[in-house]
Amino acid sequence: MSLKDNLISSFMVMENRGKVDLDSGFHQMRSEAINAFEKQGFPTKKDEEWKYTSLNSVLKHDYSIFPKSEAAVEFKEVKKYFVHEIETYKIVFIDGVYSSFLSETTHDGYDICLMSAALKKPKYKMVLDNYFNTIADKENSITNLNTAFTMEGAYINIGKNKVLPKPIQIVNFYTGSEKDILLQPRNLVVVGENSHVQIIERHQSLSDNVVLTNAVTEIFANKRAIVDHYKIQNDNDNASMIDSTYVQQKANSIVSVNTYSFGGKLTRNNVEFFHEGEHIESHINGISILDKKQHVDNHTLIHHKFPNCESFELYKGIFDASSTGVFNGKVIVDQEAQKTNAFQQNNNILIGDKATINAKPQLEIFADDVKCSHGCTIGQLDESAMFYMQSRGIPEKEAKALLLYAFGNEVVEKIKIPELKTRITKLIANKLGVKLGFEI
Amino acid sequence: MSKYTEDDLREELETQEYEYGFYTDLDAETFPKGLNEDIIRAISAKKNEPEWMTDWRLDAFRIWEQMEEPEWANVNYPKPDFQAISYYSAPKKADPNKSLDDVDPELLEMYKKLGISIDEQKKLQGVAVDIVVDSVSVATTFKETLAEKGIIFMPISEAIQEYPELVKKYMGTVVPKTDNFYAALNSAVFTDGSFCYIPKGVKCPMELSTYFRINEGGTGQFERTLVVADESSYVSYLEGCTAPARDENQLHAAVVELIALDDAEIKYSTVQNWFPGDKDGKGGVFNFVTKRGICHTNSKISWTQVETGSAVTWKYPSCVLKGDNSVGEFYSIAVTNNYQQADTGTKMIHLGKNTKSTIISKGISAGKSQNSYRGLVQINGRAENARNFSQCDSLLMGNKCGAHTFPYIESKNKSAQIEHEATTSKIGEDQLFYCNQRGIDTEKAIALIVNGFSKEVLNKLPMEFAVEAQKLLEISLEGSVG
Repeated sequence: MSLKDNLISSFMVMENRGKVDLDSGFHQMRSEAINAFEKQGFPTKKDEEWKYTSLNSVLKHDYSIFPKSEAAVEFKEVKKYFVHEIETYKIVFIDGVYSSFLSETTHDGYDICLMSAALKKPKYKMVLDNYFNTIADKENSITNLNTAFTMEGAYINIGKNKVLPKPIQIVNFYTGSEKDILLQPRNLVVVGENSHVQIIERHQSLSDNVVLTNAVTEIFANKRAIVDHYKIQNDNDNASMIDSTYVQQKANSIVSVNTYSFGGKLTRNNVEFFHEGEHIESHINGISILDKKQHVDNHTLIHHKFPNCESFELYKGIFDASSTGVFNGKVIVDQEAQKTNAFQQNNNILIGDKATINAKPQLEIFADDVKCSHGCTIGQLDESAMFYMQSRGIPEKEAKALLLYAFGNEVVEKIKIPELKTRITKLIANKLGVKLGFEI
Repeated sequence: MSKYTEDDLREELETQEYEYGFYTDLDAETFPKGLNEDIIRAISAKKNEPEWMTDWRLDAFRIWEQMEEPEWANVNYPKPDFQAISYYSAPKKADPNKSLDDVDPELLEMYKKLGISIDEQKKLQGVAVDIVVDSVSVATTFKETLAEKGIIFMPISEAIQEYPELVKKYMGTVVPKTDNFYAALNSAVFTDGSFCYIPKGVKCPMELSTYFRINEGGTGQFERTLVVADESSYVSYLEGCTAPARDENQLHAAVVELIALDDAEIKYSTVQNWFPGDKDGKGGVFNFVTKRGICHTNSKISWTQVETGSAVTWKYPSCVLKGDNSVGEFYSIAVTNNYQQADTGTKMIHLGKNTKSTIISKGISAGKSQNSYRGLVQINGRAENARNFSQCDSLLMGNKCGAHTFPYIESKNKSAQIEHEATTSKIGEDQLFYCNQRGIDTEKAIALIVNGFSKEVLNKLPMEFAVEAQKLLEISLEGSVG
């Protein structure tokens, strides 16, 4: 039975076993989503948006769709996967099931809790009705799949005028208690006017068993809100991930989505920004450092619908061995969106003999009074710089790492949480196989 | 002097009439509308073609029947009804074998209007012209001068008769019949075009030029150009096109194949000025062209195009850099106005070592037009030290037009260096202010800026053609240039 058939029959099982409330409008949304998925199927390479990424290698497994066990994990075993140097709110899932032991949630002034709880309690209904699945791409079959199976995830609702004292960490662990597992976390983040929120998201597999994560996050930033979202993707070689993040911004809000991809077998990131007001700032940053046969596909969309907004996009990639990088950066500027400034930059370094990069920066501009540009480069390390350092006694490996680190530093510099910046720097050093002799 | 603003320019652009929109009343022989194997056999018979050619066409037709019209381009247009087009139309009185004096005086009059009267061309130094009206080649000049050097420059229909081996060897090698929908259609029904062969070591002493014109209504033009530059040779080839103003949409589906053998260089320049439709978007030519060149070792192909006409343009002059050290270049200015739509760009396929490519694309959109750049730079795993530089800039005039870029960059080799940059903007207030402040009035300032914007490409045109290209740009953007 193909994965698609398996998923569709699992959905029926979910309905029949009473796992979900069949009468609610929410269930209607699920049904529509599964019907859309059934019609669309998994994307193939014939689909323009998936031209360079084939899902065949990850779809061939016989995934279990509803995790059965509730495996326990000791904090000391997984401490290293948290940014533990600072106080944070934590929402932790183990094999898709909430772990209250590792988590630190709150309802004090604002809600940082679970999707499953929000789905059950009537007081959250209005928020869910207003926001849930309103900006997720209905044309995207994989997002529809996630919508159909929405069970668990982070639910973050911050009211007006709140500056969160500490960042929120959303961490998903997979213990490998089941052989092949498909997980579909669904996050909803609603940030009220003038509020500030920082989110760090991580998905980590603790065994070598195959895992496929299909995560969807919707972020709503109301007027003057500031939201920073950091995604750490440093999973092992059997873990694959399709992450879709949809962001809606109201006037004067500032949202940044930052993706750090260092691991995983196949990673696909969809980041889509929709503007609903003037004077919005959007930032999308990403760095990918890959080796072996890893594959990362960054798909971004910024849709400028209103005047006087700005977007900044910066993606860097370092590709070693037989790794593959894909970058597709779409910027659409509607006719009404005069005075838009949209900048996009994508720089890549190929180190591996069999490494591949496919880039498609794309501008679609319907307004005349705009400043839009994109730049894309693919190149190698500067030989004279390498020679300079080696002639001064820096070994080749370190010299190379130093140059690569400098190359990626522009992205790392944008991190606003110092401890996270240090963490990312260490991950980069680790990935490059060196100890950088300086502290950040 | 009254203040000339960008709005005035826009106004002028929108109301600018198509200067080449005249129709010459030529007595023409036109085939009945429709397309089937009989029509193809009839075209082939009309041309007195050998059997292999007829079979080749029929094969292409069968392939075409299986294909679907491409949908991926960023253009919207009513799909042409391929059964409502006449696939052969020839001015009756024109006979390419007679001297110029025998040419229909009305034809000569038409060339005069085109600004390329043969008399004038004769006076101009060193341009040999092959003129294709509707579907057949009507005049080729300087044939003898070229023959002395061993250069073959003639209508492809004659080449099929006189040099069947050469045509057979090269035709369809760069753009195969199966390549795409319009290339297959062209392969089946092409009625004429130019053939050019430069022998080993010969530097063609003059620019070779072809003029295409669709004259008859209800016809399509399907010409095929094949340029072969043998080892160490050089040729510069020019191509221009116009059509009368008509309410209907006419189809132009051409195929151009360039073959640059070892150490050869081909410079191919196009000034495309098919009728773009009137200012309400009615009529105009659908220009669906497949152009591709193959570069062998140490050779170079350079495409330069000035695209000002056509209601819908769908055109990607490409280079397959097969040989080591080969070079591909693409310089383009695409101007769209009113309801014109252009989806144009290039493909640079790097296969050989040390291959280099340069892409400079300038798009200027005005009125309600849509201008897209679509390009592919592909570095094969074997293409060590490949180098590409791409730049595509768009200038928007007015807030109802659009400029889009769809660059695809694929690299499979770690030694490749690729740079791509694109910008979109309007004529900057600051730029205008800077000029005004220094005593340059707004009209001149706009001219200066547009000129400067296009210069990189205009400079690449051969001298003889640059005058003409300037003129065409003036037509499309009159009031801003000069």
